[in-house]
Amino acid sequence: MRQKTVLLLLLLSILLFGESMESSYEKARKEMVDVIQREVKSTRGYLGRERLGKNVIDAMEKVPRHAFVLPMNRKYAYENRPLPIGYGQTISQPYIVAIMTDLLDLDPSDRVLEIGTGSGYQAAVLAEVVKEVYTIEVIGELGVAASNRLEKLGYKNIKTRIGDGYYGWKEHAPYDAIIVTAAAGNIPPPLLQQLKPGGRMIIPVKSLFQVQHLILVSKDDKGAITTRQILPVRFVPLTGKH
Amino acid sequence: MPMMKRLPYLSLALTSASALAYEILLMKLFSVIQWHHFAYMIISLALLGYGASGTFLALAREWLLKYFPYTYVGNIILFGLTSMLCFIAAQQIPFNPLEILWEMKQLFWLLGLYLLLSLPFFFAANAVGLAFIYYKADISKLYAADLFGAGLGSFGLLGLLYLFFPASILQFIALTALLGALISFKELCLKPKTGLILLLAVSVLTVLFLGRENTLKINEYKDLSQTLRISGTKIVEERSSPLGILTVVQSPDVPFRYVPGLSMASVMEPPDQLAVFTNGDGMRVITKFPQKMEQLGYLDYQTSALAYHLGNLQNVLILGAGGGSEILQALYHKAEVIDAVEIDPQMVDLFRTKYARFAGNIYDKENVTVHTEEARGFIASSAQKYDLIQMSMVDSFGASSAGLQSLNENYLYTVEAFQLYLRHLKPGGYLSVTRWLKLPPRDTLKLFATALTALERNGVEDPKKHLVLIRGWQTSTLIVKNGIFGSTEIEQLEHFCDDRFFDTVYYDGLLKSKVNQYNILEKPYFYQGALSLLENREQFFSDYKFDIRPASDDRPYFYHLFKWKTLGEIFALRGGGGLHLLEWGYLVLIASLLQAVIASIVLILLPLVRYRKAKKHTMATSKKRVLLYFFVLGLGFLFLEIYFIQRFILFLSHPLYTVAVVLTSFLIFAGLGSSYSKRLAALKGYRKSARYGIVGIVIFGLFYILTLDHIFGFLLTQEAPVKIAASVVLIAPLAFAMGMPFPMGLSELGRHSESLIPWAWGVNGCASVISAVAATLVAIHFGFTFVMFIALFFYLVAYFTFPLQMKG
Repeated sequence: MRQKTVLLLLLLSILLFGESMESSYEKARKEMVDVIQREVKSTRGYLGRERLGKNVIDAMEKVPRHAFVLPMNRKYAYENRPLPIGYGQTISQPYIVAIMTDLLDLDPSDRVLEIGTGSGYQAAVLAEVVKEVYTIEVIGELGVAASNRLEKLGYKNIKTRIGDGYYGWKEHAPYDAIIVTAAAGNIPPPLLQQLKPGGRMIIPVKSLFQVQHLILVSKDDKGAITTRQILPVRFVPLTGKH
Repeated sequence: MPMMKRLPYLSLALTSASALAYEILLMKLFSVIQWHHFAYMIISLALLGYGASGTFLALAREWLLKYFPYTYVGNIILFGLTSMLCFIAAQQIPFNPLEILWEMKQLFWLLGLYLLLSLPFFFAANAVGLAFIYYKADISKLYAADLFGAGLGSFGLLGLLYLFFPASILQFIALTALLGALISFKELCLKPKTGLILLLAVSVLTVLFLGRENTLKINEYKDLSQTLRISGTKIVEERSSPLGILTVVQSPDVPFRYVPGLSMASVMEPPDQLAVFTNGDGMRVITKFPQKMEQLGYLDYQTSALAYHLGNLQNVLILGAGGGSEILQALYHKAEVIDAVEIDPQMVDLFRTKYARFAGNIYDKENVTVHTEEARGFIASSAQKYDLIQMSMVDSFGASSAGLQSLNENYLYTVEAFQLYLRHLKPGGYLSVTRWLKLPPRDTLKLFATALTALERNGVEDPKKHLVLIRGWQTSTLIVKNGIFGSTEIEQLEHFCDDRFFDTVYYDGLLKSKVNQYNILEKPYFYQGALSLLENREQFFSDYKFDIRPASDDRPYFYHLFKWKTLGEIFALRGGGGLHLLEWGYLVLIASLLQAVIASIVLILLPLVRYRKAKKHTMATSKKRVLLYFFVLGLGFLFLEIYFIQRFILFLSHPLYTVAVVLTSFLIFAGLGSSYSKRLAALKGYRKSARYGIVGIVIFGLFYILTLDHIFGFLLTQEAPVKIAASVVLIAPLAFAMGMPFPMGLSELGRHSESLIPWAWGVNGCASVISAVAATLVAIHFGFTFVMFIALFFYLVAYFTFPLQMKG
């Protein structure tokens, strides 16, 4: 009887502890979103928008970033910073994830292609906003881990694949939006072809841990392409003239 | 203490040789494992092991001397053993410099690296310092052996780097040091002590055992590590030379398709490619030569192809042939005669042997001539003129790749270099320079300013009509013409850009409405920058938040873009991902200097506590004088050495030969000077001998500041052996004089203040570490000529602070 009581207490404390961990993560997540919104506000002129869309804020508040980082880095999961995820890859700064998602101007009915799954965090954020997400990862181990993680978290609207992202994912094309998060010497032409007229593609130009700038490619209804080069920070290169 | 008659010349020389070779090798190894500027910081700080040794010797002098020469031999053995062990241990430290601003833990790892790697230098310095203290009457001769050894070490390592991979040289160095220990038994007629013999045997066995498999643990964020994660990739070839390790990687499952800045208007997929990495970074590709030339059409969709659309280009010079993409581009555009220059013989060899067929033998095509030379040197000694000089993503190997300095000096992007290129253009010819695009614009504008200044200095009447600049989404191309751009050329330029979604940034008469059309920036920063450089240059230089003043041969720091006034702003922006705006190299240099200064202060002050109790007869001079004298000597010696390396790089035109020739000549002749100073001192005394040396240094120094340019100009077109011989002759007298003040000062201390010898040794060690970093900083801000003047000033200070015996 005594043993049973101890066991029961133990179970209860684990549950309570787990619960309190969850709620502290939730709190941290809210704080993270506040930080991101402040950053967006101070950068608005550069991003071409005043604030993040509600759908993106909701998504950022919902996706458990701590589940996407290495166990030893969980304590930093909701800091606005990039983190290593093993295999020489990183999970981007949440601020960058938020603005990339926002810049795509997504609708709930959209279908999005992502090249470079990484931890799967960006895909999860997208999946909260749109109907379908297709994501391709070139590093086998990373792709498998991300796929398992997303499945465990219950994301049914994300399809993952391991392989070469150059040719996109033709079976499900065309896409309303594409994110190419892999570093590349060029922007694969097949991806542009798989973008719907009126669609948007975003490419973070990365160097190691940092995203240098974002390239936003827009395809108009006639298929003509324009790109915007966006520096995600409020920085004027000249002093005294602003 | 019985004085032994035989001096341990050979063991000392071997210890110094191994220590210097170890220092340069560590720089190489850490440049592969991490990145160059962090490697530089780690090794610079580890060299404080020399300073720490002075402190240790000062504190434990009596005990160490009591057991001399066993302590001497013991330290050499420990140096040999730890040189291998500490490197292996350091490889286990998971230091990641990229996280340093985010995570405190990294600072502890860094400290761990410093401490571990300083240990071998500490033991080596102990051995040398102990010998100086023990044989104080013969310091000049021992210092000569020390310098000879170091000269041998620098030269020998270069030879070894040609023959072996850096990781396998570690064992060789450790064994050389242990051989030194073995020889010292014989030199000093030591009775073998069991403990010492055992230590030596264990060390030899350990080094032999551990040295067999010594693979480098490369940082997982380096390009090579990342590429090898992709399924199916494999290393198919590895080559090593003093310029670095070349690694060729094949990726059959996920082709590389590497075409920097390829226009989004191109739908072509490049042919198969092999990736080539230098020291695990800086990917270039060797492209499979296609069956039909049309398959190379994508090369016409890079910004660098612009020049081919502006005129009929018959002979083309490509600086930095590398993976051959520019040669292919020239062949695609039917250039009749192609000269290409590539510094790395290993790269050239890959094209000519193993991958000759794959690459379509392009290095040996009838109309292609590849010169294995340094680009600037090649063009300086060439009489040929070209329709196009093409530089695409060329970053030169500076002396830094020889492991000497943190911020890369680069003599390809200086005003003088541009003047030279322009003089090698035919009338109407183009110089085309392509670089990666950075936002906000930095080096692209610096390049524009460089070209503008070069045109002005060449006496061109209306420079703004000689320049055009375009940009794509990832690259920018600047073209400078030997002539004025005509309306047809401008029309062709606009077609070229429109067809490829590239933006025109500048040509004379460009309308504001035509800029910023395809790759839209919040404001047309590139266009505005180019206009400001034309209209209001000085103001723009000072208002701009990055340093975009052109680099010169005296201040060859094209990559130095950092400005202090921007630091706070960038740091505050890190939440928004603003840290990429930081130019790391400079900050790492400053961090190295600060750490070195703080550590030096501690190391120098520590022995003073002990000296309070020292007996008067062992310390009869002013400590301030000792501090000043040995500190300025440490600073001055390296300042001069660094000045000469930089000056001779352009003359000898190859950084590696230069470092080998200059460093070895300096050390050998300074050794001769040291050896001679003892004889001079017998006639004139220590102080006078030191002063003769200093006067010699100042006279030769001033003479070279005034005449070196003329001498180089006179000899520039001579063959390499003549130039090398001339360099040795030029360096010899100055270096000879430089070998005198240090041993004379120590000998003087030996006469009346022997307990201060270890302290002086430590002070000098600390100064050497500080000076290497400080010289670079001085050069960045004031130029190398100023480095020379300061060096001479340091020697003048030494003239007046010779540590004489205090009266009374």
